[in-house]
Amino acid sequence: MYDINHFYEATSVEHAVQLRVENPEAHIISGGSDILIGIRAGDLAGCDLISIYMLDELRGVSFHDDGTIRIGALTSFTNLAEDPIIREHLAVLGEAADTVGGPQIRNIGTIGGNTCNGVTSADTASTLLAFDAVMELTGPKGIRLVPLTEFYLGAKKVDLRPDEIATAVLIRKDHYKGYHGVYFKYAMRDAMDIATSACSVNVKLSDDKKTIQDARISYGVAGPIPLRARSAEKIVKGKLVSADTVEEFAAGALEDVNPRTSWRATKEFRLHLQREMARRCFVESIRRAGGSV
Amino acid sequence: MSNKQYKQLSFILNGKKVSASVDVRESLADMLRNEFGMTSVKKGCEVGECGACTVLINGNPYDSCIFLAAWIDGKEVTTVEGLVDIDGNISDIQQAFIDEAAVQCGFCTPGFIMSAEHLLNTGKRFSRDEIRKALSGNMCRCTGYQNIINAVENTMDKRLAEKDTEK
Ligand SMILES: Cc1cc2nc3c(=O)[nH]c(=O)nc-3n(C[C@H](O)[C@H](O)[C@H](O)COP(=O)(O)OP(=O)(O)OC[C@H]3O[C@@H](n4cnc5c(N)ncnc54)[C@H](O)[C@@H]3O)c2cc1C
Ligand code: FES
Ligand code: FES
Repeated sequence: MYDINHFYEATSVEHAVQLRVENPEAHIISGGSDILIGIRAGDLAGCDLISIYMLDELRGVSFHDDGTIRIGALTSFTNLAEDPIIREHLAVLGEAADTVGGPQIRNIGTIGGNTCNGVTSADTASTLLAFDAVMELTGPKGIRLVPLTEFYLGAKKVDLRPDEIATAVLIRKDHYKGYHGVYFKYAMRDAMDIATSACSVNVKLSDDKKTIQDARISYGVAGPIPLRARSAEKIVKGKLVSADTVEEFAAGALEDVNPRTSWRATKEFRLHLQREMARRCFVESIRRAGGSV
Repeated sequence: MSNKQYKQLSFILNGKKVSASVDVRESLADMLRNEFGMTSVKKGCEVGECGACTVLINGNPYDSCIFLAAWIDGKEVTTVEGLVDIDGNISDIQQAFIDEAAVQCGFCTPGFIMSAEHLLNTGKRFSRDEIRKALSGNMCRCTGYQNIINAVENTMDKRLAEKDTEK
């Protein structure tokens, strides 16, 4: 038996928002793979829950008219990894989702939970950040759009108002079209482990594949929240694809990260990983984009 | 704790339509064991780590310890009890676990069998690495995994060979 005080079950998005307005203290539960663990651990024992798990309208991936890709908040990691739109346009996001936990966790865990938990190690978070994804939040006054770069406020703190729920994650066409990316998760085990640190890179090359038109890089577990390494991005913009550019990128990335020592790894080891992951992800992204170093 | 809250639900359990009135605080694992006597559903960790409680929901593997019973309304659940035929004979994958000595204490076995059943039901061929990945949400503290993978691989080979001869 879970130590749940009151359980509210939403029957529609409007109903979920209404339940949020009426019960500002209650936690939203999607797949529950963070929340239920928190109740077992005691941190969340005795809490009120608003379940949105039964809202099938929040599952799945689709296109807006302008080419924006819309990922419903309840879309599971398995759905992400298998979805044809994701595979064609955001392959790296499906690959990141496929590194989460094991099959059972990938069936229950959702993209909404993986972003709204505000956790730095969340496997889809750094990849979404490297796509400049936007959170679609629905409240009593309608929809509010918040870029993921502004959504994270601090460790486990996100810009979600007490009367809102996340209804989707959006990725604009100019943020994915022509980009190729790689996600690297460094963990102690190949499955059922969270990242010691992780890195996601997206690269867009010129038509002749010789110049870096644009590059984006983000990290998980390089600070209290998933973060972008903008210095590295600036350094390589417009540069020729070369081994030197790769080294400048990897060195530049270290200017923005701020890892700490934890029981999983020391700060020094994480810095080493972060430089090496930047290098490898960048080289492989260039290769996927049709270039070579 | 406030007043008890119940939810009325109906779902399909091992092919039969059933209904229940469930305490909303209950996990699916608790409900299956206590209300329906499905004691193949084991509780090892109750936090989604070990897979001993794995059941199929609409054909896909889930840890029933971290799935709220209230969410099962309208869905289809399969446990190891559902793999046995009407005469009480066990299925090919269960027999393979016996033949390959893939069982020691046996606590993890039902969970592994359900994850394997999902894989086998796809009707596709998988490499040993792919089988490992499909079973990576299940832990065994006794066998060292090799015989478990053998059991799944052999059953896959047999089913695929039978499918070929049917053609
Ligand atoms: C055994 C195990 C292994 C795991 N391995 C990994 C791993 O490898 N990588 C990884 O990244 N994670 C891992 N996780 C953590 C977890 O599975 C993910 O964070 C998952 O994405 C959570 O999604 P959920 O729907 O289950 O979240 P829930 O537990 O339902 O919610 C998580 C948080 O987000 C909030 N929330 C959820 N949905 C919404 C919404 N739509 N709007 C507003 N707020 C919302 C909730 O209030 C809560 O604070 C693991 C968990 C377990 C139990
Ligand atoms: S008992 Fe459910 S995963 Fe361990
Ligand atoms: S046989 Fe004992 S845990 Fe697997």
